Amino acid sequence: MSAPVLEAVSLEKRFGGVHAVAGVSFSVAAGEMLALIGPNGAGKSTCFNLLNGQLRADGGEVRLEGRALAGMRPRAIWRLGVGRTFQITATFASMTVRENVQMALISHHGRTWSFLARAADQFRAEAEALLAQVGMQEQADRPCGVLAYGDLKRLELAVALANDPKLLLMDEPTAGMAPAERTALMDLTRRIVRARRLACLFTEHDMDVVFGQADRIIVMNRGRVIAEGSAEVIRADAAVREVYLGSGEVSGGH
Amino acid sequence: MDFVLIQFLTGLSNASALFLIASGLTVIFGVTRIVNFAHGSFYMLGAYLAWTFVRAFWDWGGREPWLFALGVIAAAVAVGLIGVAMEIALLRRIYRAPELFQLLATFGVVLVIQDATLAIWGPEDLPLPRPRWLRGFVDIAGSRFPQYDLVLVFIGPLVLALLWLLFHRTRFGMLVRAATQDREMVAALGVDQRKLFSGVFFLGSALAGLGGALVLPSQSANLQMDLSVIAEAFVVVVVGGMGSVPGAFLSSLLIAEVQAFGIVLLPKITLVLVFLVMAAVLMVRPYGLLGRPQAHARPSAGMVEPVLRPAPDLLGWAGLAALLVAASAPLWAGAYALTVLVELAVFVLFAASLHLMMGPGGVVSFGHAAYFGLGAYGAALGLRYLALPMEAGLVLAPLFAGLFGLVFGVFVVRLSGVYLAMLTLAFAQIVWAATFQWVELTGGDNGILGVWPSAWAADKAVYLWLSLALCVGGTLLLRRFIFSPFGYALRAARDSELRAEAIGLDIARLRLAAFAIAAAAAGLAGGVYAYAKGSVFPTYISIPKSVDALLMVLLGGVQTATGPIVGAIAYHGLFVGILQATAYWRAALGLAIVLLVLAFPQGIAGFARARWERARGLEAA
Repeated sequence: MSAPVLEAVSLEKRFGGVHAVAGVSFSVAAGEMLALIGPNGAGKSTCFNLLNGQLRADGGEVRLEGRALAGMRPRAIWRLGVGRTFQITATFASMTVRENVQMALISHHGRTWSFLARAADQFRAEAEALLAQVGMQEQADRPCGVLAYGDLKRLELAVALANDPKLLLMDEPTAGMAPAERTALMDLTRRIVRARRLACLFTEHDMDVVFGQADRIIVMNRGRVIAEGSAEVIRADAAVREVYLGSGEVSGGH
Repeated sequence: MDFVLIQFLTGLSNASALFLIASGLTVIFGVTRIVNFAHGSFYMLGAYLAWTFVRAFWDWGGREPWLFALGVIAAAVAVGLIGVAMEIALLRRIYRAPELFQLLATFGVVLVIQDATLAIWGPEDLPLPRPRWLRGFVDIAGSRFPQYDLVLVFIGPLVLALLWLLFHRTRFGMLVRAATQDREMVAALGVDQRKLFSGVFFLGSALAGLGGALVLPSQSANLQMDLSVIAEAFVVVVVGGMGSVPGAFLSSLLIAEVQAFGIVLLPKITLVLVFLVMAAVLMVRPYGLLGRPQAHARPSAGMVEPVLRPAPDLLGWAGLAALLVAASAPLWAGAYALTVLVELAVFVLFAASLHLMMGPGGVVSFGHAAYFGLGAYGAALGLRYLALPMEAGLVLAPLFAGLFGLVFGVFVVRLSGVYLAMLTLAFAQIVWAATFQWVELTGGDNGILGVWPSAWAADKAVYLWLSLALCVGGTLLLRRFIFSPFGYALRAARDSELRAEAIGLDIARLRLAAFAIAAAAAGLAGGVYAYAKGSVFPTYISIPKSVDALLMVLLGGVQTATGPIVGAIAYHGLFVGILQATAYWRAALGLAIVLLVLAFPQGIAGFARARWERARGLEAA
């Protein structure tokens, strides 16, 4: 295996008395889909926010291609090549679908501080190409505010890909979607990850998605990693069964 | 030491009145999220109604203290009912409109109440005849202190205690506290919002009325009470933390004491003092002394920002036609029309500059007149001290205003929402107070005269053309910015800060740039205005001037790029038209504003765009 794209080493985060993330370490390689799962409150989202700079870690280190990200703001981390989608979609409602992607491209190409050019003419072809990749080209002219939820998720994916990232962070990418849509979105994500040789880390509650799409799975509980490995390893793991016992989530969706 | 004690007591008694007004304002804001400009008018009505009631009661039963108290309470209840009437008849229809529209509507009410008061009670100040027991003094540390003021000292804490009981011991009070924290949740729990809001408006307005009634014996009722008190009340509420009654109490003490001692110790800067305090507090505590960040407001259904599209060609041709009509005016119109056209050009640029911040920037400034005035004063001071000709003055005006915008903006962009708006107001008041009180530099109230154009532009027609070139040119440049990558980035930061940051945008820097650009453009407008009038005055920076700009943008429609242009023309046209037609122009203007808010909650241009998009089958968000 080649050198990992993302490495997290002994991450620590406390909120008052709550030890939300306690000594979590993992790494993601190029072309790999790594799922981060665990029951509610396990520390997944906190972990995520430590990775992209939204929260500051109390201890440990995050490295992107060997470079330490400590103390960087989300926008600086983005510049280093980290794309992100949110649990609740965050898009620009007063722009069309294409303009949302164009905005990300404008920022990526350092054209934000241009005052006289027409934004709608910037990187139009590139935006169309990205939208085509996620199957949204027919909707390019629609206002973002009227899109169905699944389409918003696909748009977010296109926006996250705009800076040609090395790492894709997806926080519950299929939350709020119908089962058929979920598989379609994650199939799409996996194709893109393979084709572009991205590293992709995602959290997810839907176990069908997790076991169907992830190359490797990390299970967290109460701030700690309790298991790590392929789908088969995780299915067979006693500690994981213990955590999920009775919830039925390991064997099916919810 | 006696002086210290007496000033301290004076401060305490002023604090009581201030607390009554501010507590009402803060309760209304906490629950309904409405910034109620009319609150100062309710205070004024309290004074006038108390004047009428107390005198009527005295005529009937002699000048007894308890009849005075009865009159004061009757006035407070009556004002409370007027507040409820405004809530039911007006605000209830526009709770779903953007917050600023509600503010606009309440400002319309301010104008109507002002003229109604003038019509009912006349223009004279109305002092309450004071029987002996109201004129009494007590001896404190060898000085005479008014007995009535001593009573006032205790009324503030008493009302605070009563409010505490109301909020902690009754179901209504519990709902008010709950709604202040999270009103969507309270609504989701099945509480009747209409009753709650009406109740809150009664309480808040009655408190304002009570405040007005109680200051009557020492101040007499007058027509300037409304706007002079509302600025102070805003300061108190913001310093205390919006929605916090104990915060309002603390900050009314702070502000009143600062004023009481400032008047004696720092008479040169009395006007600016409270705003300096507010600016200082907001820099250290961005949510006021006891305020908390508001629960994240969930966007209500159907309130998504519409997509900003470039104007259709038709609109461009219409604009060109209007410009040609204006430019050819010297051929067919008189001198007065030319003056009005210059003003129109100035206000179009002024409104467009505010719109850059309010619309794409999502940053509402309550003190935009500061930059208009700074431009005008920049030109005038350049003339007075450097003997700069008009050409240099018109370059200096935007630079001067833009520089101040850059400095103030550094502090402003760190805040958000109403607090941000209030800090811009504070900076504007500081600038206004400087022009007013720093007489040696600025000439104070007398202004600076003789700011005339250079010889080649002295002709009215030439100056009109120059104004059109500068103002229309500036406005078109601002429009260009809106559709540029910079403008899109600004809008991105407004639509979703989370996503904007996640695609590498530096939100604070974008907003700062927008603030400085808007200030510079307003400054250019101010400069052109100064040479058109031949003089500059502190009124260029006053609160009504800032409100004018807000009204223009909101009337036109904040969500369209053409809105401010339409709004400036409509507003100034309305103003000029009404001014000539009726003595009660304030009431007419106020009614027009209220009706426009009810009929076009998206603004005139927003309404037109919705029609256009529907007719074209364009999908609107």
